[in-house]
Amino acid sequence: MSLTEESLARAALRSRNLMLGAALTLIFAGAALISFLWVPYDITQLDIANKIKGPSGAHPLGTDHFGRDILSMIMVGARTSIAVALVAVGIGMGLGVPLGLAAAAKTGSLLDEVIMRGNDLVFAFPSLLIAIMITAVFGASALNAIIAIGIFNIPVFARLVRGAALSLWTRDYVLAARVSGKGAARISVEHILPNVTNLLIVQGTIQFSLGILAEAGLSYVGLGAQPPLPSWGRMLADSQTMISFAPHMALFPGLAILLTVLGLNLMGDGLRDLLDPRLRRGAR
Amino acid sequence: MSFLKLGAASALAMLVAGGALAKTDIVVAMQLEPPHLDPTSAAAGAIDSVLYSNVFEGLTRFGPDGSVNPGLAKSWDISDDGLTYTFHLNEGVTFHDGTAMDAEDVKFSLDRARAEDSANAQKALFSAIADVEVVDPATVKVMLSEPNGNFLFNMAWGDAVIVAPESIENIKQMPVGTGAFKFTNWVQGDNITLEKNGDYWGTPAKLDEVTFKFISDPTAAFAAVMAEDVDVFTGFPAPENLPQFEADPRFQVIVGNTEGETILSINNKMPPLDNVKVRKAIAHAIDRQAIIDGAMFGLGTPIGTHFAPHNPDYVDLTGNSAYDPEMSKALLAEAGFPDGFKTTLKLPPPSYARRGGEIIAAQLRAVGIETEITNLEWAQWLEQVFRGKDYGLTIVSHTEPFDIGIYARPDYYFQYDNKAFQDLIAELNKTTDPAMRTDMLHKAQTIISEDYVNGYLFQLATATVAKAGVTGLWKDAPTQATDLTAVYWAE
Repeated sequence: MSLTEESLARAALRSRNLMLGAALTLIFAGAALISFLWVPYDITQLDIANKIKGPSGAHPLGTDHFGRDILSMIMVGARTSIAVALVAVGIGMGLGVPLGLAAAAKTGSLLDEVIMRGNDLVFAFPSLLIAIMITAVFGASALNAIIAIGIFNIPVFARLVRGAALSLWTRDYVLAARVSGKGAARISVEHILPNVTNLLIVQGTIQFSLGILAEAGLSYVGLGAQPPLPSWGRMLADSQTMISFAPHMALFPGLAILLTVLGLNLMGDGLRDLLDPRLRRGAR
Repeated sequence: MSFLKLGAASALAMLVAGGALAKTDIVVAMQLEPPHLDPTSAAAGAIDSVLYSNVFEGLTRFGPDGSVNPGLAKSWDISDDGLTYTFHLNEGVTFHDGTAMDAEDVKFSLDRARAEDSANAQKALFSAIADVEVVDPATVKVMLSEPNGNFLFNMAWGDAVIVAPESIENIKQMPVGTGAFKFTNWVQGDNITLEKNGDYWGTPAKLDEVTFKFISDPTAAFAAVMAEDVDVFTGFPAPENLPQFEADPRFQVIVGNTEGETILSINNKMPPLDNVKVRKAIAHAIDRQAIIDGAMFGLGTPIGTHFAPHNPDYVDLTGNSAYDPEMSKALLAEAGFPDGFKTTLKLPPPSYARRGGEIIAAQLRAVGIETEITNLEWAQWLEQVFRGKDYGLTIVSHTEPFDIGIYARPDYYFQYDNKAFQDLIAELNKTTDPAMRTDMLHKAQTIISEDYVNGYLFQLATATVAKAGVTGLWKDAPTQATDLTAVYWAE
């Protein structure tokens, strides 16, 4: 790489999108991490006498219909969202990347056809509908939500990797590697994979934000994380009949979803500007 | 002359006033849509909510206060041994298809309901009947195999309404009854319309047209009432919204009692819940008031047994299961679970169950009992919990009136099997003396309370939200019904 690490860091700092996105993401990731050690109130303890109170000194974001502290709920809820989205992206990358590499290595073969048509099949279904179907059939839980969202990440990564790898396979250094007797698998891992990492990071960030949205959507309809595990989507669902007299109950979890997804998207955009070779200017 | 003038003037005044409040149609919304329209072959309360008393009538009928009043039978004689009931029917009653309603139809309806292959959901109501005999078109004799103190009450149920052999075939789509309204149309998934029965035998209805609309989502229910798309919402699903309606002069909020004992049902056959100490520990771990405040926003009366507090025979046994987490922990330790245990909590859709479930889970967790919450739709709940008995704990409201008898059925979903209790209920059913019945009912309530069969939470309240001018709606819900026969628009 001709771009030095120092100049990369400088470019990163210059990108306002990237910085703003990273800051938002860090806030929520930080909140989730802090919640393991400390939360303002124990959210497993209900305090019915203090239900539906607006923001105050004691409860900066107010309390919900069971008297739980909404700030604490959002912090612990961030854990659920991030865990579900992260594992779902992990499933997508873990299965999608090898499939994409294999398809590219044996392009035109039966294997390629099977993998790519399989991907088309998964792609053909509206993802959230299938996720609802999976959770409805196998029971609503955070684990099933992870699996449902993860499955739809597989073809995204498989296509991305295959597309990028196909052009890489025509490069001279790949030819050199073949001449020196390396097998297709080894070339894929040693030469192709490192050159698609940038793409994976950018796509991973985008998929991560979609995962958070999907988790919130599934929880909203009651198919995600089950109580007492808090989830932003369910907080929204719980508050909807109370929105006319307790808007804070819907506002804060809604903002949490909005800002996290916005942050991840900005970060994804910023990373693409920074890492995508086609968009890189004057660095070569 | 002047007398006549006055009369004419007042008639005119009434006409004018009548013109101003000429509204004779009403849109009544409720949450659940009936699966079909035959009240005599399904347990679904939604059928009675639309049709009871409006379209179908029985020999006797429930009044707004739960009293049993004459219906199609204007009077009856009971033989001294309590075994023969002679019903004298109202004359000149016709079904909506024009056919006459006479003793033959009564015999047909009762025989159909108690037949071997009957699909009636409440066959027990008819189990005492030995024979039904037509004396003449206006008189029917019902012979019982043993005295039954509840017989007239049983005949008032929606499952015991009188139907006609001529129209029974299509009753599920095209119900034909004798009521003050006749069925006109059903747009499945949206609404059912009724119109006034011009040939009604009794006091005619004041409304000309009734539309029942089905809105299951609480948020949509709130919006529909606020936008005045519906005139009445019976069983309004979101108690948190009631203060807003109360504060709004456009609406009136009517809060009444129901027959719904809301309980934490316990699977009495599933270890460790088969241990009475464990069940007692659960009962003492529950803070009823927190559930009423948190899940129902204060609507509901705490109960300590499976009986409605507004019933004169109710005994307050809430003291048997007072909120006492320390005692609960001690009981668990005594039962051999010092560190608690894990069980399932399966919740049907209503908010008393979903919200109440979260609160109970937190209360049980506080004494060491971990519950795994699963939210179920009604169909799944009926399948898994009610029929499959695959659950540890669940929350449900038992809305049938006077249903303590379910504890005498060992195959009922909470699987309580107590010979002494079963004998007591059998004895109760044979007893007609009011004082003895009261005594036995007190005993029955005490047995199930002291056996901690279920966690008794609260008596469900019902809230009706209506436009300000709507008059004549039932306040309480002694049975599943939306009786509109006396409803009208007042200014």
